[in-house]
Amino acid sequence: MSKREMNWAAIDTDPRFQELHRKKTSFLWGLMLLSTVYYFMLPIGAAYFQDLFKIKVWGVVNVGILFALSEFVVAWTIAFIYSQKANKQFDVMAQAIINDAHKLGA
Amino acid sequence: MTKIKKNFAFMAATMLATSSAGIAYADTGAVADEFKWMTFAVFGVIIAITMAITFWAARTTHSTSEFYAAGRSVTGIQNGWAIAGDYLSAASFLGIAGLISLYGFDGFMYSVGWLVAYITVLLVIAEPCRNIGKYTMGDILAFRNDPKKTKVVAALSTITVSTFYLTAQMVGGGVLIKTLIGIDYEISVIGVGLLMLAYVVFGGMKATTWVQITKAVLLVTASLILVFLVWSPYGFSLPAYLQAVVSDKDVIDQMVKLLGAKAANMSPEELGQRFLEPGLFLKNPIDQISLGMALVLGTAGMPHILMRFFTVPSAQAARTSVIWAMAIIGGFYVLTLFLGSGAAMLVGPAKIAAMDPGGNMAGPLLAQYLGGGADSMLGNFFLAFVAAVAFATIVAVVAGLVLASASAMAHDIYVGVIKGDHASQKEQVVAARVSSLIVGAMAITVGILAKGQNVAHLVALAFAVAASSNLPAVFLTLYWKKCNTTGIISGMLIGSITAIGLVMISPNMTYPKAVLGAAKKVMEGAPAVEAKAAVVSGGLMCELFATCPKAEPAVAAAPASLGAPAKKAALQEKLATVTDAAEKAKIEKEIAAQDKAITKAEGELKKFAGQTTSMAGLEKPFFLLKNPGLLSIPLGFLCVIIFSLLTKDKRAEEMWDELYVRQNTGINAEAANVH
Repeated sequence: MSKREMNWAAIDTDPRFQELHRKKTSFLWGLMLLSTVYYFMLPIGAAYFQDLFKIKVWGVVNVGILFALSEFVVAWTIAFIYSQKANKQFDVMAQAIINDAHKLGA
Repeated sequence: MTKIKKNFAFMAATMLATSSAGIAYADTGAVADEFKWMTFAVFGVIIAITMAITFWAARTTHSTSEFYAAGRSVTGIQNGWAIAGDYLSAASFLGIAGLISLYGFDGFMYSVGWLVAYITVLLVIAEPCRNIGKYTMGDILAFRNDPKKTKVVAALSTITVSTFYLTAQMVGGGVLIKTLIGIDYEISVIGVGLLMLAYVVFGGMKATTWVQITKAVLLVTASLILVFLVWSPYGFSLPAYLQAVVSDKDVIDQMVKLLGAKAANMSPEELGQRFLEPGLFLKNPIDQISLGMALVLGTAGMPHILMRFFTVPSAQAARTSVIWAMAIIGGFYVLTLFLGSGAAMLVGPAKIAAMDPGGNMAGPLLAQYLGGGADSMLGNFFLAFVAAVAFATIVAVVAGLVLASASAMAHDIYVGVIKGDHASQKEQVVAARVSSLIVGAMAITVGILAKGQNVAHLVALAFAVAASSNLPAVFLTLYWKKCNTTGIISGMLIGSITAIGLVMISPNMTYPKAVLGAAKKVMEGAPAVEAKAAVVSGGLMCELFATCPKAEPAVAAAPASLGAPAKKAALQEKLATVTDAAEKAKIEKEIAAQDKAITKAEGELKKFAGQTTSMAGLEKPFFLLKNPGLLSIPLGFLCVIIFSLLTKDKRAEEMWDELYVRQNTGINAEAANVH
């Protein structure tokens, strides 16, 4: 695509772009908050809830080990959920705006 | 003509680097002398592969976009592997396995933050940066802020963060190679430096990318093989495997050592189980949270990580690359659980710590054990392979850091500020290559000068500065309409200066008075200590600054202890009376340990004689956390916000619509080169 001047303000105020912005913002903040809270639960649990972390649940495997392993699973799940949502929804919405970008505000 | 000259210079650099890695054969290391040829053979193969890559990459590295961004033609999957190769430093590869082998659960917990960090990268940084950026962090910030001012500050911050990280890598790498194969420290620093320079100067980002991919593949392969060998005897059952770990005598002995008096009333089962429970290594939860903040927000502000997103053709590819990087990095950290606990069970924490107190030799020693032990051919081949992977790791990480610093120097400062963005392609590439040489020479010099210095805090410091300075600036530029030049500049300066300042007065620094006291205690013994009740904290501020009493656990009474020379004399007396050979060997070993302690204490007494204060002029730390992020990160954000609100910046506001539309849609993003 050759670089040409666009009417950025017109694209910004286009309802479709506003819709993309709204959807993306709430989705990203939600995931970010979830991952941050879940991550900091590990050092907090390890420091202040040691009795809970020490409970053996699967042979010698205790809650602490399982919780630490779950951090990996949660991180991967968040990455997967985001990529699905971005591939299936955000990219499609963005493409519609890109296709019409030259017409907007012209 | 120039091509011949280039090729010649390339060959010369290759030969120099290879031969400098081969010279010093003399000193000892983890690899026995008779097997060193094998290590060098594996080293040679890896160097040859990376040089072939560089030779191939150099042929297509002519333009600026090719030099800095590999022509934006790296695929998402390739970039994912390269990010993993760029990120998994020797510290995380050998260090975390080591921490797990010595301290169990806490070591594993420590590894989690390094992965979670990529969620920030994925959700808020990777795609917008790909859509907006060109080659550097400065490009992103200059998009709507005053280009010259922001580029200067961004370049300074990039160089600061990269230099801290680089110094830690060079010094850590030099020590590591010495411990592994006994090559002299200076020679390995120069060897690593020259190799890395060859990759960067001739092959630019393309060579760096493929060196990082090669290293990541080697690292993952080596780890998978070791974990397979460790875990398969237990039918890949997690409880059965960990049961074996906690029942191991070496592991139980380590728990006794770590727990001291508390171990007296515990059964062997309880002691072994303690290995899987928190609290053996990480004792300060506030410090943990502070480190976690620096990791989770700092990774997204690391210039060498940001730079990787300019190498892919689109935002979608940037997204794919983070997903792959998270799979590889996370998978690797899960493997470290097995590497660390396997080393604890099979090699033994005592033996690991004897080689290196930080536990860095856990992985290599485990490899040697699994191959058949110290006297076997296969065991030493495994060890050689792991040592070579460690070497490739250091070189790959260092290359990425040098490229990031050089791009800040050449693209932001020289082209952007000095030449006012008017420079020909050729001039820009020459500037990039010259800057790489300057940064490389600097890295080697600093590496040699910092020999024997305590550099462990530099990695944490690099992340803290990135999180307190780069991230607030990049994040608020991308997502906050009112953000402007004054805000960015004051936020970055105040954020980074606070982070550095707090570390200077933190427990990370060396406090001669404390060192001398400890050394004196080793030499002369300590008087009996009375039991002390727990101290209740005077509040959060008291946990952060040495102004009021901080929480302390109760201390049990301890009898007077003897100094090392006295202990040694007692052992020697005992040796004379013992006849049993095994007993004799054991006592001799203990005497050797006392000798080692005496030498160390004497060295410290000499080194710090007459000194009473740290570099910052303090007798003891004033800031009590090792990680400044808890204070410096919010401060960095706050300064950007306050100073942006206080000033008006027409351009920053006018450019907002364009920036926000472009970062979300990728319209007018830098396109991939078409060959």
